[in-house]
Amino acid sequence: MKQMGALSTKPEGHTAARVTILPLMVHELCYEVGGKRLLDGLSFHTDVGPRTVVLGPNGAGKSLLLRLCHGLIQPSAGAITWAGAAPETARRCQAMVFQRPVLLRRSTAANITYVLRLQGIPRRQRRVMMTAALEQAGLLPLAARPARVLSGGEQQRLALARAWALKPQVLFLDEPTASLDPAATRAVEALLDQIHHTGTKMIMTTHDLGQARRLADEVLFLHHGRLVEYAPATTFFSNPQSKEAVAFLEGKLLW
Amino acid sequence: MDDFRTAFFTALGLLVGLDRDLVAIVCLSLSVSLSAVSLATVLGLPLGAAVAVWRFPGQAVVSILLNAMMGLPPVVVGLMVYLLLSRAGPLGPLGLLFTPTAMVIAQCLLVTPIIAAFTRQTVADLHEEYAEQLRSLGVGSRRALWTLLWDGRFSLLTGILAGFGRASAEVGAVIIVGGNIHRVTRVVTTTIALETSKGNLPLALALGMILMLLVLAVNAAAMVIRDTAKRVYG
Repeated sequence: MKQMGALSTKPEGHTAARVTILPLMVHELCYEVGGKRLLDGLSFHTDVGPRTVVLGPNGAGKSLLLRLCHGLIQPSAGAITWAGAAPETARRCQAMVFQRPVLLRRSTAANITYVLRLQGIPRRQRRVMMTAALEQAGLLPLAARPARVLSGGEQQRLALARAWALKPQVLFLDEPTASLDPAATRAVEALLDQIHHTGTKMIMTTHDLGQARRLADEVLFLHHGRLVEYAPATTFFSNPQSKEAVAFLEGKLLW
Repeated sequence: MDDFRTAFFTALGLLVGLDRDLVAIVCLSLSVSLSAVSLATVLGLPLGAAVAVWRFPGQAVVSILLNAMMGLPPVVVGLMVYLLLSRAGPLGPLGLLFTPTAMVIAQCLLVTPIIAAFTRQTVADLHEEYAEQLRSLGVGSRRALWTLLWDGRFSLLTGILAGFGRASAEVGAVIIVGGNIHRVTRVVTTTIALETSKGNLPLALALGMILMLLVLAVNAAAMVIRDTAKRVYG
């Protein structure tokens, strides 16, 4: 309690828990729908620091893995454990950005203040934090604009800024640039860089190899719902161990 | 055809002359229907949203009931409210029968299912889009409900309008519980019924035109608001 009091005087001190929820440990994780096994026996653990990129062809189970880790869906078997916290606490220290940003039908600014209000931040402070969040995302000039009329790239940056405003310890990103053009993708990746440098752990999916090379510190390579390879990015890209990964890196179609 | 021409000029004459009785009747019509719709909105929006978002046993049954109740015959609702409010009825001591309040209650009962059913549909569609994001943000089910209602506010206007259309156009309920008393509970629709039965067709037609103009104006205004908002808010 003493420690919490000391920390909460800092402006960023509203993070739900002060202890880190990482590492994340996934053990024999399975997910089935109607008898069909979509994820099969995944085990890995990942800690503070490296950006984890979940790589694999479409339908490999990348999004499912993220949703399971974030607690949006429940596993059929296996366990997901956040070392530092109970599942409910852990959830409050995470945020997720979806492939197609889900923005409220309100102004850009209101999309940020909405989540700040959820965290019980007083009104006056909300304004300051909202301005900072939009500034960082380069969206401040658009603050008064309705979120739903922003361009695709701006919408995704707003979704990122909103997730970041929650000051999560872990940020899940599900194909954050899948439907964006190169310029918008670059802007989103620049923002991701900033978020990474503040110490937020990022776990993201992509099927874009170039993006994986640019962003990944470690790679989880999935194929047909199985974890085929889990390696540091440099190792994975220079010396893949499995024939599926070799084929994927060569740009061959996998199914 | 002659009737229509006479009616048209009668209506024009009444409107231009701002006939005292006519103004009183139209004002009562508006105030009864608007009160009923406001009350029904306060009841119907949360009800519809709750049925859309909350999971509870019998949810499907409630949905079906809401939809079915959109078609309640006004005379039946009027009769039920009459029985409730009549001297011998459970709410008889309140002395509300044959007052504008009774008419508001009856119309509210007619309109609430319309607004609730419409809200249920709108909010359910919106919820499908928002559900995962809201869950990710840790939004509780009660707050989710208000978020969805607020974000759907402009679409919900259509349902409220449909309710207003029904309230201002119905005659069966208000004539039973209001009694069509001159200068007390006489509204546009009951006057039309009365004047028609007296054979005063031009006046009845004139009132009909005024009623249609009113409904048209309210709907047009709401449509403009909704479309502008849709364009602005996306």
